[in-house]
Amino acid sequence: MAERLLLRCRDIPDLRRLDVYVAHGGYEATRKALTTCSPEQLVGIVKTSNLRGRGGAGFPTGLKWSFLPKQTAKPVYLAVNADESEPGTFKDRLIIEQDPHQLLEGIIISAYAIRCHTAYIYIRGEFALGAERFEAAIAEARQAGFLGKNVLGTGFDLDVWVHRGAGAYICGEETGLIESLEGKRGYPRIKPPFPATHGLFGCPTIVNNVETLACVPHIVLRGADWFRAIGPEKSPGPKLFCVSGHVVRPGTYELPMGTPLREIIYDHAGGIPGDRKLKGVIPGGASMPVFTADEIDVPMDMDSVQKAGSFLGSAGIMVMDETVCMVWTALVIARFFHHESCGQCTPCREGTGWLEKVLRRLEYGEGTATAADVDLLLNIAGNMMGTTICALSDAAAMPARAFVTKYRAEFEEHAALGRCPFRPIAEPSRRHAHA
Amino acid sequence: MPTLEIDGGKVDVADGLTVLQAAERAGIEIPHYCWHPGLTIAGNCRMCLVEIEKIPKLQIACNTRVADGMVVHTTSEKTKAAQRAVLEFLLINHPIDCPVCDQAGECKLQEYYMDYDRQRSRVPLPAKVRKKKAIPIGPLVMLDQERCILCARCTRFLDEVTHTSELAIYERGDHCEIELAPGRVLDNPYSGNVVDICPVGALTSRDFRFRARVWYLERAESVCGACANGCNIEIYHREDRIFRFQPRQNLAVNQYWMCDNGRLSYRDLQGEGRLMQPVVRGEDEFVGSTWASAIGQAAGRLADLARDGDPGAVGIVVSAQAPNEEVFLLRRLGAALGARMAGISWSPPGAFHDDFLVKADKNPNTSGLRLQGLGDAGAVDDLIRAAAAGELRALVLHRTDLTAWRDAAAVQAALERVPCLVVIDTDRREVAAYADVVLPLATYAECDGTFTNHAGRVQRFHTAVAPPAEARPGWAVLGELVARLGGGEPPASAAAAFDALAAECEAFRDLRYDALGAEGQPVAGA
Ligand SMILES: Cc1cc2nc3c(=O)[nH]c(=O)nc-3n(C[C@H](O)[C@H](O)[C@H](O)COP(=O)(O)O)c2cc1C
Ligand code: SF4
Ligand code: SF4
Ligand code: SF4
Ligand code: FES
Repeated sequence: MAERLLLRCRDIPDLRRLDVYVAHGGYEATRKALTTCSPEQLVGIVKTSNLRGRGGAGFPTGLKWSFLPKQTAKPVYLAVNADESEPGTFKDRLIIEQDPHQLLEGIIISAYAIRCHTAYIYIRGEFALGAERFEAAIAEARQAGFLGKNVLGTGFDLDVWVHRGAGAYICGEETGLIESLEGKRGYPRIKPPFPATHGLFGCPTIVNNVETLACVPHIVLRGADWFRAIGPEKSPGPKLFCVSGHVVRPGTYELPMGTPLREIIYDHAGGIPGDRKLKGVIPGGASMPVFTADEIDVPMDMDSVQKAGSFLGSAGIMVMDETVCMVWTALVIARFFHHESCGQCTPCREGTGWLEKVLRRLEYGEGTATAADVDLLLNIAGNMMGTTICALSDAAAMPARAFVTKYRAEFEEHAALGRCPFRPIAEPSRRHAHA
Repeated sequence: MPTLEIDGGKVDVADGLTVLQAAERAGIEIPHYCWHPGLTIAGNCRMCLVEIEKIPKLQIACNTRVADGMVVHTTSEKTKAAQRAVLEFLLINHPIDCPVCDQAGECKLQEYYMDYDRQRSRVPLPAKVRKKKAIPIGPLVMLDQERCILCARCTRFLDEVTHTSELAIYERGDHCEIELAPGRVLDNPYSGNVVDICPVGALTSRDFRFRARVWYLERAESVCGACANGCNIEIYHREDRIFRFQPRQNLAVNQYWMCDNGRLSYRDLQGEGRLMQPVVRGEDEFVGSTWASAIGQAAGRLADLARDGDPGAVGIVVSAQAPNEEVFLLRRLGAALGARMAGISWSPPGAFHDDFLVKADKNPNTSGLRLQGLGDAGAVDDLIRAAAAGELRALVLHRTDLTAWRDAAAVQAALERVPCLVVIDTDRREVAAYADVVLPLATYAECDGTFTNHAGRVQRFHTAVAPPAEARPGWAVLGELVARLGGGEPPASAAAAFDALAAECEAFRDLRYDALGAEGQPVAGA
């Protein structure tokens, strides 16, 4: 296997400690960037590298940075998105907990590139250990002169603050995150205006994912061309894949962008236990349309997955074998989005709950569902797509639609039988049940 | 100035406008819930989604700025489908309790359902999310969470206009609900406005609810008379009863709002104390009279006393409650009688006021008095002293509660020394006890006329209801009195009285009654 960069923590014990990190070449990238590059040059390097956001949308990072106003009297902010809440995703947490200085270097270099002097990291509330470790890393780095006033004697000032979330998925959406950082309810904002001009506290703001920023020091050290050469040119770089579900070795894998999904499941993750048959794979976190067993010969990079009808998203790969009921899976996912919709937009607020209700009666309704419910699901999902403030509505509708279209017979069977053929049991108690 | 095309028609609009505003200017309604001209853009209801050529997704018209060459379709299949979808989503958890909802008839959910949706429900009733109903959240406002469509108009009003933030949205998804912040009550001085801007029956008025179905009510444009701000209002009425005041948009005066005190002041206009009939003093007691005889007696006595006495033997007191036309005619009366004139603008000391709408001056026409030369605050006290000294032979009190506004004992003593007292007013007040003639007037809800607000804006009010019993508009009563005293022809209308005022009074010279418009006009120099 190729050299691990983002996951060097797997190979170097205690890498999270500054002395260990520095002993392994840590903060060289920071030194190089701050002493030999201008901010404009750095933006240029990141642009040339073709680095694209790892938070889910895959937006070109250098391009995003270049949307900042050239001249502004206001402070520029960097908000690091460490809210990682997409079901099936567990990569940013690893970096924060095991290799915080890698991220911190990414933050320092990126902040320097965008002329930012205050960065916030918005850490998912449940990541108590991550927050603690990141605070410790900040303290160490400050002590060592990598943060604070006059970083490495270059005259560049930077403060990094940890902000802990309170358990809302929607605060991972970049403008919901900004609202939450401002101390408000995590309501995504209408766009325009965009964060690059009107972000945190009304100031120009860049929001980047943890893994995105963690790539930046490597690009600085090894060059944009090196990065662009890993995987497909338009969507390159080392990539963290989170594999869960029915595989022998679930976990986070660092592989080149474009590694085929089949290879990830069967080689790296060891295939399906008990040699059971594959039924479906969600390639990019719960928001993304499912692939059937026939659709997994897809290179896992942003453009290829999209061409195949889904999205790389957060690269949360969820593998389901033949024992899994797809109606139940769709229900579990629908319940998540119903619970997490912030409730601002009519189609999302009402549609997420409605999807869950219809799926619930198909799965547990004891005969109350009808054949018409299958099309009703498609219809609700269709009406939820492309009509809301943020992408959560689509994120709820897309998987529902994919499950119904790709496993339609199973849905119809549920309606016809009046129960779930996989699990003819009563509904388990619902801890978070609202409906 | 960008030119865009909306539904096939070319529209020229100012830069910076939204598609929704541009359509509005072109007379095309784009349905909307959350957008309100007086609040920031929330963009949450999604009712205003429209198809715009060259943009793949539908866009919300309330947050899309116009651009040159933009082609907008508000009635295309795509737009219509989105409108139907949004309405269906809004209704799936709605209780649809219109028969017992006070908003029915002025509910945007009902209206848009009929205009843009008309589908059958696809959600069985028991599956709906239930929330709390009929919660009193303040002295004026009742909340029904199930009817709420979460447009956040109320919360934005309370955050952005009153800065009091009593209400907020709690919970998430379809469990979101409007709720009071812990320990709070919705009792700020402008709380009633949330009822007006709530597009549905989630916030209803505790004062108005269940008193009338709105489709039975008629409306008249008017101006609130409860303070000098002169908020533009509509008077809702039926069968000569007033049911409510609601604010009417006037960006120069009250924007879209009014205060709670003004909103409830309609009650004062139809109170128990209204004067119903002209009365004159008989041997021992007051006796009812006809208008002709009462005015005849008043005119006769005033003329006699004025003729026999020294100049200034007659005094006239007019309060800032009087419309411009009445002040004008009283000045004519004064001229005919050689009378001493005094204006009075009294407000309860310490009454609530702020730097938004509510003024400390609780009179609607203090500026009007002043502009007609009756602004000298000391003049009334001089008159009371003159009366006490026995120098006054007759006194006219017009809309003036002198015993309440000055030292009661001193006023009583003074009034006892005046041989003839004529009281002209809407309500019975203590001074009437000393009167020789009492003439009942219409309130501003019962006649036409104008007030000049604190900033010198002259604003019309229109007759909403008939005066009770025999009460009559002030311009008519005073016009007749003036005519009897040889002071000139009576005006045929409030308009004629106003135009006569404009013809002779510098401040009003550029104004014509019929040109005042719905939002009024400033006096010269204001
Ligand atoms: C509902 C929703 C949830 C999201 N959650 C996250 C998240 O937990 N972490 C994240 O990095 N991005 C998340 N995003 C994506 C962010 O909005 C944003 O695109 C990303 O943080 C940008 O960083 P990047 O360009 O580096 O990927 C979410 C988006 C949506 C619509
Ligand atoms: S789409 Fe859903 S989560 Fe996003 S802003 Fe609208 S209601 Fe909130
Ligand atoms: S109570 Fe009325 S104004 Fe407030 S959010 Fe609900 S529907 Fe909108
Ligand atoms: S502010 Fe004054 S004019 Fe406006 S509603 Fe209140 S009392 Fe009436
Ligand atoms: S009016 Fe435009 S989204 Fe509500």
